[in-house]
Amino acid sequence: MKRTAKFLIPLVLFLIAVGFLFKGLFLDPHEVPSPLVGKPAPAFTAPLLSEPSKRFNTADMKGKVWLLNVWASWCVACREEHPALMEMAKISEIATYGLDYKDTDAEAQAVIDANGNPYKEIMTDADGKIGIDYGVYGVPETYVIDKLGIIRYKQIGPITEQAFFSKILPLVKALQT
Amino acid sequence: MIPEIGHFSLILAFCFAIVQGTLPLIGVWQHKPMLANVAVPAARLQFLFIAIAFISLDYSFYVDDFSVLYVASTSNSQLPIMYKLAAIWGGHEGSMLLWVSMLGLWTMAVTIYAEALPQTFKIRLIAVMGMVSIGFLAFVIFTSNPFERLIPAALDGRDLNPLLQDPGMVFHPPVLYMGYVGFSVAFAFAIAALLDGKLDITWARWTRPWTTVAWVFLTLGIAFGSKWAYYELGWGGWWFWDAVENASFMPWLVGTALIHSLAVTEKRDAFKVWTVLLSISAFSLSLLGTFLVRSGVLTSVHAFATDPRRGVFILLYLVVVIGGALLLFAWRAPKVGLGEKFDVVSRESMLLANNVVLVAAAGSVLLGTMYPLLMDALGAGKISVGPPYFDAVFVAIMAPGLFLMGLGPLAKWKKASLPEIGARLKVAAVISVISSVLVPFIMGKMSLMVVVGVFLAFWVGSTSLILLANRVKSRSAATPNLVDNLKGIPLAFYGMFIAHLGIGVFILGVTLVKGYESEQDLRMEINDVAKIGNLNFTFEGTQTIKGPNYESQQGTFTVTKNGKAVAVLHPEKRFYPVQGSVMTEADISPGVIKDLYVSLGEPLEKGAWSVRIYIKPFVQWIWAGAILMALGGFCALADKRYRARNKKLSQGSKEGEQEAHEAFAS
Repeated sequence: MKRTAKFLIPLVLFLIAVGFLFKGLFLDPHEVPSPLVGKPAPAFTAPLLSEPSKRFNTADMKGKVWLLNVWASWCVACREEHPALMEMAKISEIATYGLDYKDTDAEAQAVIDANGNPYKEIMTDADGKIGIDYGVYGVPETYVIDKLGIIRYKQIGPITEQAFFSKILPLVKALQT
Repeated sequence: MIPEIGHFSLILAFCFAIVQGTLPLIGVWQHKPMLANVAVPAARLQFLFIAIAFISLDYSFYVDDFSVLYVASTSNSQLPIMYKLAAIWGGHEGSMLLWVSMLGLWTMAVTIYAEALPQTFKIRLIAVMGMVSIGFLAFVIFTSNPFERLIPAALDGRDLNPLLQDPGMVFHPPVLYMGYVGFSVAFAFAIAALLDGKLDITWARWTRPWTTVAWVFLTLGIAFGSKWAYYELGWGGWWFWDAVENASFMPWLVGTALIHSLAVTEKRDAFKVWTVLLSISAFSLSLLGTFLVRSGVLTSVHAFATDPRRGVFILLYLVVVIGGALLLFAWRAPKVGLGEKFDVVSRESMLLANNVVLVAAAGSVLLGTMYPLLMDALGAGKISVGPPYFDAVFVAIMAPGLFLMGLGPLAKWKKASLPEIGARLKVAAVISVISSVLVPFIMGKMSLMVVVGVFLAFWVGSTSLILLANRVKSRSAATPNLVDNLKGIPLAFYGMFIAHLGIGVFILGVTLVKGYESEQDLRMEINDVAKIGNLNFTFEGTQTIKGPNYESQQGTFTVTKNGKAVAVLHPEKRFYPVQGSVMTEADISPGVIKDLYVSLGEPLEKGAWSVRIYIKPFVQWIWAGAILMALGGFCALADKRYRARNKKLSQGSKEGEQEAHEAFAS
């Protein structure tokens, strides 16, 4: 009996590995928790896409709960996300601001003209310096920032219906009260 | 129409795989030869239809049929024809079809070259291959159909990932998959033998050449991949311990252990249970690699498909194939017996140590690769395991193994004497110690890593040469003529000799490039000169050139040494408009002593660029070593023992014994 048990070791090890692999399938390795969550959102001023002479300033956002959505015209996933943002714009609690990341104004404007504008304002970050401050490593990314200017949540990749209704919307509502 | 023919062929192949995987086993079990004899024709028809499917996909790429989703997503009308070939396996669906095609090819080869095997054994073997095929064909058909239509058709395709638009990508995947999938034959041999209940010398003898062929392909495939990473990624690295690389490296390590363990089983009728377990493990790791790469459970620079449905499917498949095999192993292996006894100091124990080292190394790579997943699954947070872990652990495990590698071949079977081995190794020890001091002295910098690395490289090389010299000496009485003497030594011996020499060359390359590479990141304006060692790199500026499907900024760097021109390098920064991606094409002037490597970073103001210049001493030796290893494998395959495939087994084994003694008598 003991002799046979020894020969079962490989099978047992394998089954343990399978257990982990199965669990792993439902985890997202790309989802890296941002070290910025819980920290103040980096302050910046940036020209507006609509009127480059005017500047957006994060200081003006104090007291508001807002979403910062990093996007670009060259980003395919952003186009997939666009309809979702348009839907979100219809919800009164949601104020989405766009940061046009490493893009040209003309191309960004063309996308907005073609697909509609879901943003309260669009700021431009042509050289990507603001993106660096925010630790942007894949576009689109969305930050939820509270009244005190603290980042409360970071969505990497397109906002999915599930992420919006289970995380973002409840969070925004809670932060506003 | 053609894609539908392809799709339909794939379904037919699936049906034949089911026939091939089930009926023959029932036939053997119930003693119904009619059913059993279905195996070979079913396997061949399966291959035929997979081939039709594969050619259909090729055709769709050839004619730019963008109504096929897979073609539209990985190809483009402007894509050069050679890269359309690479595009066939440049995406998930196509590479899985390639996997299945390779399996079909191996099965076909088995039906042709396994004529002399006992009938029931051969039928079981082919049936097991069929079972492996069922799962993968189902995977392709149900979750990754490359023939899925896109209606309405795309006007043009989304183009192949520019990283993969490289000649290396035409060869790397098929060769690598040949190796990966080739271990399925050794796996099937092990399963058939377990079903048979007979694990003997003949079994090992028949498994050996198949394992060696797969190993040769895997070696070359990994080497191609490493070379591609070296010149295409523009970072000058040749190995990144990336999950995908590890996925191919683990089967290689275990496959290497298997080759050695099979030798012991064949020669000495020992290690039988261990050899069976390795046969199962090598292919299991190939499958695990496929799972890791294809399911997206791990992040990787090779970010491919991520689809949990596919992941669940492959995992289920792993459970059935590997779990089933290990269950069979637990049930049947205890009856096999341990085989011949051997002394602590003997070639057997040296080879056992070699096996332990290789398996431990594979285990450490597996642990490092899976660790982030384990931690995440246990809720212990997100971590990543990088090169520092792998370099430290892997080297620490392999170094003693490489030392033993010098001893092993010099030890006698069954019982060897330490003083005798010691006497033979005196010269090797002296050569290695002197080199390990001399080489760093010549290169101008001493470090522990370099001393140990150079010592091991020369140790492995010089012990191999001593082994050859001893061999020649022992035969010199009978054949005094040196040429005849050398000619008379079996090719299998030369195979081992060349492969071991390859390891030495490889270690030397790795050690010297790690110890003495230099890297500079510079901002260079036009006509700036960068001085590195005694070389002057002059930046002559950039010009815009137009490729077939990209636009490129091509820089010109002239390299001079003491005023004399050494090389002119043209690194490029390419823009591929279809995917909107920018690619760095490094330019390399390769050399035996060193590579000069220049890549363009970002354009800065006024025609200046950030530039990366590397000097990579002896880096080509890394791949030269790998090619020598593969060449050694080829040599061993060419040995006449393995060509005598039409001889009946019974007489073959007796003769084999004779030749085995000849081949390995030291």
